Amino acid sequence: MKASAIPELMLEPILDAGSGRDAVGLGSRAGKQLDVRHGTLLTLEDINVSFDGFKALRELTLYIGVGELRCVIGPNGAGKTTLMDVITGKTRPDSGTAWFGETFDLTHMSEVEIAQAGIGRKFQKPTVFEALSVFENLELALKTDKSVWASLRARLSGEQRDRIDEVLATIRLDGSRQRPAGLLSHGQKQFLEIGMLLVQDPQLLLLDEPVAGMTDAETEFTAELFKSLAGKHSLMVVEHDMGFVGSIADHVTVLHQGHVLAEGSLEQVQADERVIEVYLGR
Amino acid sequence: MNQPLALTAAQKAGPAVTTLVLGALLALLVALPLLHLLPPDSALHVSAYTLTLVGKILCYAIVALALDLVWGYAGLLSLGHGLFFALGGYAMGMYLMRQSAGDGLPAFMSFLAWTELPWYWYGTSSFLWCLALVVLVPGLLALVFGFFAFRSRIKGVYFSIMTQALTFAGMLLFFRNETGFGGNNGFTGFSRILGFSITAPGTRAVLFLATVALLAGSLYLGWRLAQSKFGRVLTAVRDAENRLMFCGYDPRGYKLFVWTLSAVLCGLAGALYVPQVGIINPSEMAPTQSIEAAVWVALGGRGTLVGPLLGAGIVNGMKSWFTVAFPEYWLFFLGALFIVVTLFLPKGVFGLLKKGQP
Repeated sequence: MKASAIPELMLEPILDAGSGRDAVGLGSRAGKQLDVRHGTLLTLEDINVSFDGFKALRELTLYIGVGELRCVIGPNGAGKTTLMDVITGKTRPDSGTAWFGETFDLTHMSEVEIAQAGIGRKFQKPTVFEALSVFENLELALKTDKSVWASLRARLSGEQRDRIDEVLATIRLDGSRQRPAGLLSHGQKQFLEIGMLLVQDPQLLLLDEPVAGMTDAETEFTAELFKSLAGKHSLMVVEHDMGFVGSIADHVTVLHQGHVLAEGSLEQVQADERVIEVYLGR
Repeated sequence: MNQPLALTAAQKAGPAVTTLVLGALLALLVALPLLHLLPPDSALHVSAYTLTLVGKILCYAIVALALDLVWGYAGLLSLGHGLFFALGGYAMGMYLMRQSAGDGLPAFMSFLAWTELPWYWYGTSSFLWCLALVVLVPGLLALVFGFFAFRSRIKGVYFSIMTQALTFAGMLLFFRNETGFGGNNGFTGFSRILGFSITAPGTRAVLFLATVALLAGSLYLGWRLAQSKFGRVLTAVRDAENRLMFCGYDPRGYKLFVWTLSAVLCGLAGALYVPQVGIINPSEMAPTQSIEAAVWVALGGRGTLVGPLLGAGIVNGMKSWFTVAFPEYWLFFLGALFIVVTLFLPKGVFGLLKKGQP
């Protein structure tokens, strides 16, 4: 008997404004193995991390939806970088669960496996391969088979070249494609690293202070870039620059002493008494 | 920044010039053994001493190239490459000892009043099995050592110290008579290889040509690796290993591959060294030997392929002159050379040559 035999008994998906295919669970924009049926890309629950008795994260719970652009703010030592370390497998939580989609248990994966599963990370200090040219930096980051054997015989296809050219244009480094990355300015290195994330095509981008050291124009451009990425990718941005946060975020999480203090729109958290007390400094 | 300097130099000077220079050098190296075959009273005759000396330096040049692959590209400074070289040499030496001994035991075993061969000597009368040992012994040792070292993320100076300790341990082991490799005398007194007299001009010529072929082959292999994406990943391992991991690469496999390849090349170089020089003993595993190899690479230019070959040639050429002229000052001179290069020529002699170009 066919499943659709009694149509009147089946639930029709409600496709009104504001509920995309993801929201009603009709499939995801994510990659093949990644399963985000319930619309949540990243699930962190009751995460505890301590270093020599110092509790860097306490019972931290955080969800990031598919296509969401989330800003994480908080005073120094609030655990923002530790949070990224937990997600990327650099630090193992003492307890708690961390899931990427429905299928990847991040607490049992290596850094490399997590990166291959589709989580990209930009470091606080821009880190690029200084001896290699801008183009080669992007070539290495490109989403492809990254085993030793594949690299020994790798040839860039026309499609891959186009993809790199496209990203070079996006990050405005067309003119510097053959320059060694070590000779780029600080801001250009930031953009190159963002570009390396883009060609990697991750589902979730973690960005640690992406606009530090950028000029106002560059910051504005970065804000536009991130807004255009949201929707296709999920982004988690750690940033101190409140102006930048205000210009991009639809959702803000405030961390304090390793704990989520408040969550909501920027206006909401700015109005929150506890946030004002610990962070906005009044 | 010192990524394939050889390539950039080649691009600047035009491939024609590079090919020409390399071709001329290769022709010279092929001519040497042929000139050795001329009768000794001929004006163009090359003496056995010269041929052996150049052959020895070529073997060292292969070691320099192998070390450059791991140090110059992947940033792993090995101070134990002499071990792999010596192991390849010992594997070849076992075959040569069996050839000299005929049906009996090698002389040093009779001297120790041993009545039968230790188990690991079985099959060593076969040339092919010894060739396999030349590749397998350094290769497997490097594979196992590398697997644990890279899995534990040992790098930098700790890695260098461990390789140094490894070659020192090897030396102590091979110094013992009970180990069954001739103790501190090692192997010598070879007479025949594959039935041919080892001192015959024809044999010397063939061994020399085999060394030239191995060097050319290694250079080509290194060049292909440096040009491939694999080579760029190695450079990335050297410069920003963390970034590479977050790009989704597992650096362990890359390091292990190049590390093992390098050890195998050293083993092959050692196997060609022994029949030409006529002796192998544990002093080849002495820590200073391995450090000297690092000096060749640094002097020639790390991360360039031709540089280390130049470095090995320059240092060993000087050494053979210096140790005759002022034998007691050689080590001081070598030390001073290393300091001067580190301070004033961070990219080595090859970097200097490149700078000299318009």
